[in-house]
Amino acid sequence: MSLFNFFQKRTTAPAARERLQILLAHERNEIGQSDLVSVLREEILAVIAKHVPINRDMVKVKMDKREQVSTLEVDIELPRQMAGAAVAH
Amino acid sequence: MAEVLVVTSGKGGVGKTTSTAALGAALAQAGQRVVVVDFDVGLRNLDLVMGAERRVVYDLINVVQGDANLNQALIRDKRVDTLCLLPASQTRDKDNLTQDGVDRVMDQLRGMFDWVICDSPAGIERGATLAMRHANVAVVVTNPEVSSVRDSDRIIGLLDSKTLRAESGGRIEKHLLLTRYDTVRAERGDMLKVDDVLEILSIPLLGIVPESPEVLRASNLGTPVTLSDATSAPARAYSDAARRLMGQAVPMNVPSDKKGLLGKFFSRRAA
Repeated sequence: MSLFNFFQKRTTAPAARERLQILLAHERNEIGQSDLVSVLREEILAVIAKHVPINRDMVKVKMDKREQVSTLEVDIELPRQMAGAAVAH
Repeated sequence: MAEVLVVTSGKGGVGKTTSTAALGAALAQAGQRVVVVDFDVGLRNLDLVMGAERRVVYDLINVVQGDANLNQALIRDKRVDTLCLLPASQTRDKDNLTQDGVDRVMDQLRGMFDWVICDSPAGIERGATLAMRHANVAVVVTNPEVSSVRDSDRIIGLLDSKTLRAESGGRIEKHLLLTRYDTVRAERGDMLKVDDVLEILSIPLLGIVPESPEVLRASNLGTPVTLSDATSAPARAYSDAARRLMGQAVPMNVPSDKKGLLGKFFSRRAA
């Protein structure tokens, strides 16, 4: 620490600015994403319900965002007798 | 057609009620017919800041439920006769504030006034979304401080999705009102600057209200700060902001209190 720094406390506003920019970029993304996930879930439900009677909690949609790739995981559970009917259909 | 303006922020304690009272009074002083509506059911304070706490007989929920009509509930300001207050209920359950009821009251108010100013409660719950629901203009009150800026960002997202305007594919006009600003500390690098906040939130600036003891003095007396001392720095900031809301081009600055020689000397040293 130089003598100058010793007398002059470092300013804090740039840190506030940087932290906010990083945080909000993340949060805006996340809120937009949760909307996308619920829209996808609704549409997938509607498509399946056209052919097979299905319970709402049988469709799970999850989005995972990483630096390089994002993955969309769709997990659809079908009742046993319905699964057979769907294949025959 | 009346302008419906919501004063909102997400975070509590940043100056929503102070700003509602000050902007409402400034618009009314300019000859506009103004009603300020308190949406903070259970924690009403606009009546107190406006100095009308002893004149409340009926409130917003009484009108919503049909126990009183609007003319019985509206309180006319004693200083500016084009200014009215519609208080919130202090004792009723906030579930009594229904969407249908609010829709009806807002329809009526729009026919009676030039400006309907809705003072939002803090938070993002129903009271806050009902306060913003009918707005076509929003004033987002923000302090130059991290938690306030973050919450304002969240509120801006809600204004773009949870208002009637947004739901029908339109856009709501949003303005930033930066309050409790301290030029000296911002210049010194210990407070977010106006440009920092503007860059992060990216909505147009309506005004900068400097940190000032005059705001507390005005609320102590129950007088909107624009009426208590029109020459004070915050009063000039709010009056300028009100003129901008009316569409006038007013140069942007940070008003400062007049200082004597000694005050100037000390503020320079602090800088």
